[in-house]
Amino acid sequence: MSQGTRWFEQRRDFVASVPPDSAPAAGKPETPELFTKCPGCAEVVFNDVLVKQQFVCAKCDHHFRVGAVDRLRALCDDPPSVLLHDADLLARDQLGFIDSKPYAKRLVDARKKSGRNDAFISVAGPVAGVDMEIGSFDFSFLGGSMGAVVGEMITRLFERAADRKVPAVVISASGGARMQEGVLSLMQMAKTCAALARLRDAGMPYVSVLTHPTTGGVAASFAMLGDVIVAEPGALIGFAGPRVIRETIGQELPAGFQTSEYLLEHGLIDLIVSRPQLKPTLGRLLRQLLNLPPMG
Amino acid sequence: MDVVLDFERPIVELKRRIQQLRELQEANGVDLSASIEQLEVQARRLQENIFGKLTPWQRTQLARHPHRPYTLDYVDGLFTEWTELHGDRCGYDDHAIVGGTARFKHLGAADDGLGGKPVLIVGHQKGRNTKENLFRNFGMARPDGYRKAMRLFRLAERFGLPILTFIDTSGAYPGLDAEERGQAEAIARNIMEMATLKVPVVCLVAGEGGSGGALAIGVANRVLMLENSVYSVISPEGCAAILWRDRAEASRAAEALRITASDCLSLGVVDEVVPEELGGAHRYASQTVAAVGAAVRRHLTELLPLSTQELLDDRYDRFRRLGAFDAA
Repeated sequence: MSQGTRWFEQRRDFVASVPPDSAPAAGKPETPELFTKCPGCAEVVFNDVLVKQQFVCAKCDHHFRVGAVDRLRALCDDPPSVLLHDADLLARDQLGFIDSKPYAKRLVDARKKSGRNDAFISVAGPVAGVDMEIGSFDFSFLGGSMGAVVGEMITRLFERAADRKVPAVVISASGGARMQEGVLSLMQMAKTCAALARLRDAGMPYVSVLTHPTTGGVAASFAMLGDVIVAEPGALIGFAGPRVIRETIGQELPAGFQTSEYLLEHGLIDLIVSRPQLKPTLGRLLRQLLNLPPMG
Repeated sequence: MDVVLDFERPIVELKRRIQQLRELQEANGVDLSASIEQLEVQARRLQENIFGKLTPWQRTQLARHPHRPYTLDYVDGLFTEWTELHGDRCGYDDHAIVGGTARFKHLGAADDGLGGKPVLIVGHQKGRNTKENLFRNFGMARPDGYRKAMRLFRLAERFGLPILTFIDTSGAYPGLDAEERGQAEAIARNIMEMATLKVPVVCLVAGEGGSGGALAIGVANRVLMLENSVYSVISPEGCAAILWRDRAEASRAAEALRITASDCLSLGVVDEVVPEELGGAHRYASQTVAAVGAAVRRHLTELLPLSTQELLDDRYDRFRRLGAFDAA
C-alpha cells in the first residue's frame, strides 16, 4: 500500500458521534498526497477522484483497501445520524502475551495509530431505506484480527438485530482470530455463531460481505454463514492461508485459487458485487427478503 | 514400538533397569528385592519430579504422543454395541472423524443409571503408524468430516440421544481439496448448528485441540480436558513462525499462548480437568480411559434432567461469557 492509500484510511469525516478523544494522534500534521498509483494497472489516480469512486480504480476495477469508517459512510443513508455501538470496548491482555512486543503495547500503538479502540465498527441505521445493524472490520487495526472485543461487538450486533427484528450485515476484512488472545479468541467464533443462530430464530436475514482478505477464524465462523454471501471482486477468501496450503500439499496452487471468483465457481458464495454496487444490491436483496416494496 | 520423549527418557531407562533386575531375580533365584525396591522409589521420585513440573511444550508433546488413547480406544473401553456410521451424504466419508451410536457400559451394582443408555459419539481419529495415519489423514478432517459429524448430531437430536465428542486434531486439513469444498463454511456451520442442538453435549479435549478444526465438534454444554492435552487458537509452531519468524521458537509460543489444561480451566474455556497418572496417558491408557468415563458420566448425569430450553441457554451462556474486556 502506498502512502496515499494510508492517508485515505486515516480520513474520518464520517462519524460525528465518535468520541472526540479518538481523533487522529495530535502533533502529527497530516500531509495528504494528491495521487495514488493503482497496483492493478499502474494508472495514477487523483485521490479526490478515488474517494468519489469509493476507492475503486475506474480503469481496472481494482478495489483498494477501505477503512471501516469510509466503508460505512458509503453505505449508510444518513451517516451523521447513525447510532454508533460499543466503540467504548477495550481489549484486555488476559494472557499477558509477549512476542517481539507486549500485546498491551501493541494495543496502545494500534489505538493511537487508528484513533479507534479495536478492529471493528458497529452502527445501526438505514441502508437503502432498510433499518439494520451493520458493522465493518478495519484491517488496519492489527490485521482486522478478532479478539474478545471484536467477538463481543459482533455478538451484540446479532443480538440487537434479533431483539429489534431488523436484518444484520457484517463486512469482513480479517486475517482471523487474534493470536495474542490465545484460545479465548478461538472461543469468539462460538460466541458469535451462537448469537447468529438466535438471529436466524428471530426470522431476520443476515448478509455477509467478504472483502480482501477474509481468512482463518473469521472465515470459519460468521463470515461464511450469511443467508446471502456477497464478495468484492478479487478478494482472498479461505480457511488456511495460501502459504500453509502450498507447504502442506507440496505443489503450486492454481491461478486465482481462493479468490472471490474461484469461490463463486465452486458454489461457496452467492455473488460478486463491485463496491459501488454494494449498497443498491444490499437494499434490493433485503427488501425482497423482507417483502418490502422496492425503493422509490 | 515404544516412542520415548526426551524428557521421560530417564524414567523409562530406570524402569527398564528394574525390569532387568526382576528378570535376573527370576532366572537365578537370587533375592534382589532390596535393590529393586530402592530403584522403584527412585523411579517414582524421578517421575514426580519430571511430571510435577512439565512445561507447556512438554505437555504439547504428550498431547501428540502416538500411544495416547484415541477416540476409538474410549469407544472400546467405555461402551458396548458400537455401530460406526459413515459419510456426509454429499459424496465423501472422511476417516479423520469417526462417529456412531453405542450404549454406555453397565457398571453393575455401582451403575449410575446410564448403563445401557444409548449415546452418539463423534471424534477425531488419528493413526498409530504411517499406514493408519495415511488412512486417517493424521486426524486432520476435511469439510466432509465436519459435515458427517453434523449429520450425526442431528440424528442424535431427532431421537433424543445425548452427544459425546472427542477432540484430538492438530487442526482442520489445510489442503487444496478441503478449501475447494468449503472448509471454512463446514467448520462455521458446525459451530453455529451445535449451539442449537436440543440434546446434552459433552466434549473431551483428549489430545490436541487444534483451533477451528477442534471447535467444530466442541460447542458443548460441558467441555472437559485431559491434564496433558492442549487447546489453542494456533499450533505453537505456527504461532512461532508468524510472531517470531522461527518455528524453533515453538516452546516459547506454547508458553505465551496458555494452551495447557490448567490455563484453559482458569480462562473458563474448559469446565473440568481430568487428571492423568504421573507418567502420562500414553503409559497409563486404561486408567485414563476409566477416569474419562467417570467424568463424562458424572457430567451427563447432571445435564440429563435439564429441559431443552435450559440446555440451550446453558450452552449459549457458557460461550457467551468467554473473553474479558473493559469499557472506556
